[in-house]
Amino acid sequence: MRIPHPILGLRDQSEFVYLGDACLLERPDGMQADALQKMTEYAYQRDNCRGLHRELWFHEQGDRAWLVVTRNTVTHEIVKVEFANEVASHD
Amino acid sequence: MDFSGWRVLREGLRGHTGWAPLWRAATPKKHYDVLIVGGGGHGLATAYYLAKYHGLTNIAVLEKNWVGGGNVGRNTTIIRSNYLLDGNQPFYELSLRLWEGIEQELNFNAMVSQRGVLNLFHSDAQRDAFRRRGNAMRMHGTDAEWLNAKAVRQMAPFLNYDNARFPIHGGLLQRRGGTVRHDAVAWGYARAASALGVDIIERCEVQGFDVTNGQVQAVETSRGRIEADRIGVAVAGYSSEVMRHANVRLPIESHVLQAFVTEGLKPLIPGVITYGAGHFYISQSDKGGLVFGGDLDGYNSYASRGNLPVVEDVCEGGMSIMPMLGRARLLRSWGGVVDMSMDGSPIIDRTQVGGLYFNGGWCYGGFKATPASGWVFAHLLARESSHPTASAYRFDRFAAGAMIDEKGQGSTPNLH
Repeated sequence: MRIPHPILGLRDQSEFVYLGDACLLERPDGMQADALQKMTEYAYQRDNCRGLHRELWFHEQGDRAWLVVTRNTVTHEIVKVEFANEVASHD
Repeated sequence: MDFSGWRVLREGLRGHTGWAPLWRAATPKKHYDVLIVGGGGHGLATAYYLAKYHGLTNIAVLEKNWVGGGNVGRNTTIIRSNYLLDGNQPFYELSLRLWEGIEQELNFNAMVSQRGVLNLFHSDAQRDAFRRRGNAMRMHGTDAEWLNAKAVRQMAPFLNYDNARFPIHGGLLQRRGGTVRHDAVAWGYARAASALGVDIIERCEVQGFDVTNGQVQAVETSRGRIEADRIGVAVAGYSSEVMRHANVRLPIESHVLQAFVTEGLKPLIPGVITYGAGHFYISQSDKGGLVFGGDLDGYNSYASRGNLPVVEDVCEGGMSIMPMLGRARLLRSWGGVVDMSMDGSPIIDRTQVGGLYFNGGWCYGGFKATPASGWVFAHLLARESSHPTASAYRFDRFAAGAMIDEKGQGSTPNLH
């Protein structure tokens, strides 16, 4: 599997480290009344989709950017790659 | 139809005309007392123990493909009970004890072979950790044996003892561990359950649950609607996909784990050997193939195949600990989709939906747990309370902070 990096082009999967579902970018507010429940869901619950999955990859052996990769978990096809900091600043 | 030496002799003389299929091809009834979703080892074992020890007979097992075609037919066949933590060790010891009696229990040759599981260690810190684990095992009544480097060399002279970076200092040996013929486990449970009246319904995929007033009423399947009082889901690998139909979100990611087998060789490896400095384990099948594996691919996947970097990584680990592996030709490699839970341990519990029970999150270690998983899941389904050895495998352990994290990795499923 190769990941099309927005700047560096196609890079081998082995240059990257995988973290998990991109929902990790949306960390709940720890000061809210329902923070315990929200934080538990954030830390432990996952949709774990079969099909398109938005996920975080770190280009450790490259430019050390965090990427949000939209990838099909059945075919390994990658349909979209974005910089995680850009995704986070849009939200 | 009983199996015995006499039977084999008789059939040999009669041209093998008297054998019958191992289980009935059942068609779905309208209603069952208990429905098991998933005709793998765990689901079939659950159905068998329910019928045998809990007096229930109106049971069906639904399998979307065919019995034995999922992870029970894709694993590397290892059984062991060499865990550290209190929540795990009694459960896996129960499993090993059930393995020891499984062939008589099922009247089926599952080729249980207690040839030993040897975990090598390569540093002082690892030695301390393994000693601690060995002591924990012995305190739970499990066998664990300490081998120094000389004893390891006697047992497995072919390992790489000259590795300056990762010298072999010794090993932790569980002699009662070993291997089992994995397909035979599925077939044996299916046959024994079917003989007790359990309907085994293949090519029947669950596509939805009918939940009314918080209580599960029925499943919608590719072969129509089937009603049930209680439904147990044991579909590890696809747990999230099946439970999504009931709006149950899980602390699980699906990952792919690869395995490898070489051409058949003469008897070479005495038992199961694991490499402590790289993630690599190897054993030899009764056909002679060297069966080995290593790490997960590491990203969410429902593809039953892996990628090449892990193939390279596993083979490097193999060459590092057992250089002569390089002379063997690789015959096959394959992948299986596994439930990786947030703490690396399984979940066997009721859900927030009444009558719906869950068994999953087996990570890459579900095969060895098959008999105990069935045993405790049957207990849960029949009595609606957790079996004592599985009382830690609850959903609420994550919110409560009572994780059973053997590796101490935290909520990172791909690192367990």
